[in-house]
Amino acid sequence: MSSGATIKARRAILGPQATRWFGRGWLGLGYVFLYLPILALIIYSFNDSNIASVWGGFTLKWYGQLLQDREVVTGLWLSMQIAFVTACSSVLLGIFAAFALVKYKRFKGRTLFAGMVNAPLVMPEVIVGLSLLLMLVSMQRALGFPERGMLTIWLGHLLLGLAYATVVIGARLQDLPPQLEEAAMDLGAKPFQVFMLVTLPMIAQSLLSAWLLTFTLSLDDVVLSAFLSGPGATTLPLVIFSRARLGVSPSINAVATVIILVVSVGVILASVLIARQERRRAQEMAAAQRGG
Amino acid sequence: MKARTMAKPSFIQGLLRGRTAVIGLPYAWLLIFFALPFVIVAKISVSEMETVHFKDLISYADGMLRLSIKLGNYLFITQDDLYFLSYVASLKYAAVTTVGCLLIGYPFAYFMARARGTLQPALLMLVMLPFWTSFLLRVYAWKGLLGEHGWVAEAIEAVGLDQLLLAAGLIPALGKLMNTPFSLVVGMIYTYLPFMILPLYASLAKMDLRLLEAAADLGATPWVGFWRITVPLSKAGIIAGSMLVFIPCVGEFVIPELLGGPQTLMIGRVLWDEFFSNNDWPMASAVAVVMILLIIVPLAIFNKYQAESQEAKR
Repeated sequence: MSSGATIKARRAILGPQATRWFGRGWLGLGYVFLYLPILALIIYSFNDSNIASVWGGFTLKWYGQLLQDREVVTGLWLSMQIAFVTACSSVLLGIFAAFALVKYKRFKGRTLFAGMVNAPLVMPEVIVGLSLLLMLVSMQRALGFPERGMLTIWLGHLLLGLAYATVVIGARLQDLPPQLEEAAMDLGAKPFQVFMLVTLPMIAQSLLSAWLLTFTLSLDDVVLSAFLSGPGATTLPLVIFSRARLGVSPSINAVATVIILVVSVGVILASVLIARQERRRAQEMAAAQRGG
Repeated sequence: MKARTMAKPSFIQGLLRGRTAVIGLPYAWLLIFFALPFVIVAKISVSEMETVHFKDLISYADGMLRLSIKLGNYLFITQDDLYFLSYVASLKYAAVTTVGCLLIGYPFAYFMARARGTLQPALLMLVMLPFWTSFLLRVYAWKGLLGEHGWVAEAIEAVGLDQLLLAAGLIPALGKLMNTPFSLVVGMIYTYLPFMILPLYASLAKMDLRLLEAAADLGATPWVGFWRITVPLSKAGIIAGSMLVFIPCVGEFVIPELLGGPQTLMIGRVLWDEFFSNNDWPMASAVAVVMILLIIVPLAIFNKYQAESQEAKR
């Protein structure tokens, strides 16, 4: 909104005072709705009562039990490994896919390509999981590999991760002013140099966001993992899911709190780093413009 | 700068330079691991299940080329009430969830987009943050919140809202909120709300507010301006958000399993049971094929709008 907007114009946009209070109330209630379950998980993880929804005083015993829970510990380790590999590969392939969609407007089968990249965003996971598994089974019959396990779970997660990574990276690529790349090209840089020296630094922030997002997606996935895991490859969400099906249990609350804490620290750290980097970049740009 | 050290071309550089590699690599990957599996599912859905293998569709023996297609699974789906009812229920719950997300999400996105500019990144971050927190655990948390003595359950009972829910047929008895259609819908709206808010916010935030000023100058009340300018201009966001919610909801498995209880039949659970409990892979495939047919129209709409919004940004 321009600072010179008249009172009348402001009222046209925001409506009368009452609307504004209504808006604040709606936002407030919306955020309560979004955060209530997270808050409840954290609070009840300290609940000293075996009946999960009745408060029985403060305790740390569920955290102690967690460390001795072999199923949880091995599940977490497996999930972390898969999530790491998924995030790295999703970002790498996502850069390619985002480039193809944003930079190359016309190529054969572009509509099909765009459809295939976007579809996993909405496609019910039971369908994706089932179809990928049946293909892998057919492949195993014909070629003798792959066994169901880490590798097959990774293939499924990569499908989902690629879709999200492409959206995040593609959005950033679209916002880039093309002049910088064109200038570099005019100065004689080869396309690969332009990419490494100009484009990559400018989209670095989106790469980090995409990496974190695909990492957490993979760390969280139940349905694809259930279809694609073999015996002996039980990820943490599968452990949690099978327990949660049976009912509410305080040990899940403790796992939840640990995960929430680790992820929040990661995300906050990343966003602080991103903000700092952005500020430095803005300063450099301003300095360059003054100097030029 | 580092430009000089990068000058020597290598094999990989040469390979990466070509747009063929940039397009070809993800394209080939998606064809093999996304498109091909659907073909195989379609094939298996018309195959006959034998003890360990499926029969091949085309077989050649004694100089006879045979093509055997079993349509029994599809016939069964059309004739058996269980499947029909679960498809209907899935579409119904998906529709209710979509409308619920729109009713809550539209005002939310609207006031977010009209908040002070300096405040917006923080408001947006707060909507994104639950994405970083496990979806499974957030859904699980509702089991506690809506269960006996849960915070939300007690609050609803305190204000007598459960009488309304009982009258609407969303819960079977007073005080029983968990494992009902109500808890299922709450869980689904809760999970998919951010998927509605984010595209709506994107389309509302980039709207040219001068149009509203112009309308006001011409005598439109804020309400008229909202209905005749803001809503039509956010159409792309409404469609994208609705599709992002509706399509995955049709096949949702985890939320009905954790919050829906035994009465709420949804097709995702039926598919899961066919596959894991009955081990009937051809039947599970047939269920999946019918599900794809049901969502193919909304899917096409979603892709069209996704492509258009990508074009519009250029």
